[in-house]
Amino acid sequence: MAALFQAPTAFSSSNSLDSNKFNHSPSPRSLSERKSSILTVRSDARSNPLLNSAAHKPHRFITNAVATKPDTSLASTSSKPGHELLLFEALREGLEEEMERDPRVCVMGEDVGHYGGSYKVTKGLATKFGDLRVLDTPIAENSFTGMGIGAAMTGLRPIIEGMNMGFLLLAFNQISNNCGMLHYTSGGQFKIPVVIRGPGGVGRQLGAEHSQRLESYFQSIPGIQMVACSTPYNAKGLMKAAIRSENPVILFEHVLLYNLKDRIPDEEYVLSLEEAEMVRPGEHVTILTYSRMRYHVMQAAKTLVNKGYDPEVIDIRSLKPFDLHTIGKSVKKTHRVLIVEECMRTGGIGASLTAAITENFNDDLDAPIVCLSSQDVPTPYAGTLEEWTVVQPAQIVTAVEQLCQ
Amino acid sequence: MRFISESSQERIPCYRVLDDDGQPLANNFVQVSEDVAVRMYNNMVTLQIMDTIFYEVQRQGRISFYATTIGEEAINIASAAALTMDDVIFPQYREPGPLLWRGFTLQEIANQCFSNKYDNGKGRQMPIHYGSNKHNYFTVASTVATQIPHAVGAAYSIKMDKKDACSITYFGDGGSSEGDFHAALNFAAVMEAPVIFLCRNNGWAISTPTSDQFRSDGVVVKGQAYGVCSIRVDGNDALAIYSAVQAAREMAINEERPVLIEALTYRVGHHSTSDDSTKYRPTNEIEWWRLARDPVARFRKWIERNGWWNDMAESELRNSLRQELLHSIQVAENLEKPPIADIFNDVYDVPPSSLREQEQWVKDTVKNHPLDYPENISA
Repeated sequence: MAALFQAPTAFSSSNSLDSNKFNHSPSPRSLSERKSSILTVRSDARSNPLLNSAAHKPHRFITNAVATKPDTSLASTSSKPGHELLLFEALREGLEEEMERDPRVCVMGEDVGHYGGSYKVTKGLATKFGDLRVLDTPIAENSFTGMGIGAAMTGLRPIIEGMNMGFLLLAFNQISNNCGMLHYTSGGQFKIPVVIRGPGGVGRQLGAEHSQRLESYFQSIPGIQMVACSTPYNAKGLMKAAIRSENPVILFEHVLLYNLKDRIPDEEYVLSLEEAEMVRPGEHVTILTYSRMRYHVMQAAKTLVNKGYDPEVIDIRSLKPFDLHTIGKSVKKTHRVLIVEECMRTGGIGASLTAAITENFNDDLDAPIVCLSSQDVPTPYAGTLEEWTVVQPAQIVTAVEQLCQ
Repeated sequence: MRFISESSQERIPCYRVLDDDGQPLANNFVQVSEDVAVRMYNNMVTLQIMDTIFYEVQRQGRISFYATTIGEEAINIASAAALTMDDVIFPQYREPGPLLWRGFTLQEIANQCFSNKYDNGKGRQMPIHYGSNKHNYFTVASTVATQIPHAVGAAYSIKMDKKDACSITYFGDGGSSEGDFHAALNFAAVMEAPVIFLCRNNGWAISTPTSDQFRSDGVVVKGQAYGVCSIRVDGNDALAIYSAVQAAREMAINEERPVLIEALTYRVGHHSTSDDSTKYRPTNEIEWWRLARDPVARFRKWIERNGWWNDMAESELRNSLRQELLHSIQVAENLEKPPIADIFNDVYDVPPSSLREQEQWVKDTVKNHPLDYPENISA
């Protein structure tokens, strides 16, 4: 891993009280004036709004400010299409639309009913759809996951919420041995169209047990798909896609991204579960990332651009299977790959991705793949220690500089 | 200040209809017509013979694994007879009886055990891991007790659809120790789900006797801990099982509540073909249960006394079953195994490119080294 140092800039991620004066979060009025530019970046001409609004959390925990893209749009805010909302609201919107569309869709989890969920993703849904469709369960992850599987096999489409992804370790047996396998072992007779979702990742001093990266553990399970959302736009689109999928899908959300605000289209849209998202096209190096690390990467990208580099940033989104088509195209263009993840070094998504790229695109690489991950330690509680276990923008900058020598 | 004792003075009584000699003890049972009774008996005998022959087939090395249901035929068949085809079944692995009752053929059983291309499960599961959506019987998984919360989920689904049906799940005394059992009962009670929990307390979890499994008065008392009504039944008494399950079904559906039934029985066979139970329990105990407490013989006495059965019918049945079984086995054994593509299908709804690549690699390998691979597999 690259050398670690505290960046003394306004984009410091330290949570200590001293750094509040470095907090770059804008006032509410200026936030609404921020424009999001719509760029057509996909080869199939589908447009993705790039997230460039600063993250503003009304709580005492402030997320990193995110690198601001130069404003290329000509329209003013007032005539912008779509509506603004926070990421957790986008998830809820997607969920609500699917529940309206299909009466078989239901939600189960702890405190999802009238409490609205620990991160308010299901707020208001119990009142609207009733207690049976938005079911509060007792505390037994193995069992309500099993229940969801049984309900799915008999025709419902449950969304199972883990209050924190880490709690789903208790449900590993059901997820691996039953959810992933029963369609296969039953000879295709019973399908399990469940969505398992919840917040994961390293938060702000939530302690080791609440800072897990479960995508590492689940990635080997055959029969499941995994996606990670990172913006309100892809959160809603992936939620809808996951619900409509006939396969069991695990949707990874991040604790620190729920209050990201962005503008999303009014019209209905569903994203593809297996596609990666081109965040910033470039020529010099391919940076592959997902979830919260996307924002650290974009922050680093701003610094890199100032230093004359042109990084291509891809949010891989689909953790299982990897979108090797998009990734491959990028590798063939830049010949250099940097993976930035929050998983631990051993056995993380980055490790698998490194292997997949090396196997498939070895001839296109001019340098070994560099993977920046968290260390193989439980996440410590102390703020400074916790910060050092997560890859920071400065390390990303250094890694790119070294990679591009 | 008064501590509640860990157990009550008396054990929970056991509901019984027929005594060991097949005589009704009283008239408090659901009457069974001649048709149903004879059909029940036929199925119990089928199960018994099927188990005996398949066990031998495994011993001969022709299938890799088998687990018998000997001694538990009454639970298997009588419970199924008291349900309808709409009730969904979540088995552990010692309940092929309900499948037989619902029309799964011996040939289909053989196909699954031999993992040939006509197996419902496409050759993906071990023998005795049957599953058939047509018969509302969910595929057996080797994991213990994971099916119990599935049954609750299914009951939840049935309740949402307001169907006239319930779900039923079977598990053993050992399975009741798993976390899934406790949470599922709790859930079902809280959610008022129409599910029947049927515990086959057969005394043994492989080599662990119930005295090492729990210290409560069996499994029936656990119902009350979760707010679930429960009953203890003589599991070797087909009429008792039939009555209890039928009553439980009505309660579950009409009153929207779960019911726990503990059926006391004995696992006459070994845990499976990988086990030799004489190593941990006395042979005379096994023999006593096999002969003196055989549920099939007990029910036979009752139907014979009613004039619905006789020796000739018995020997005809057993002979024809044997023939049918041996024939099914022979057919199943000689059928082709599933194709290589079935290794990769059904993992997802549509195979992703990575799996298609892996499939191609396997096919190429088999093609290039045909002598290293069995012949009865199609590419």
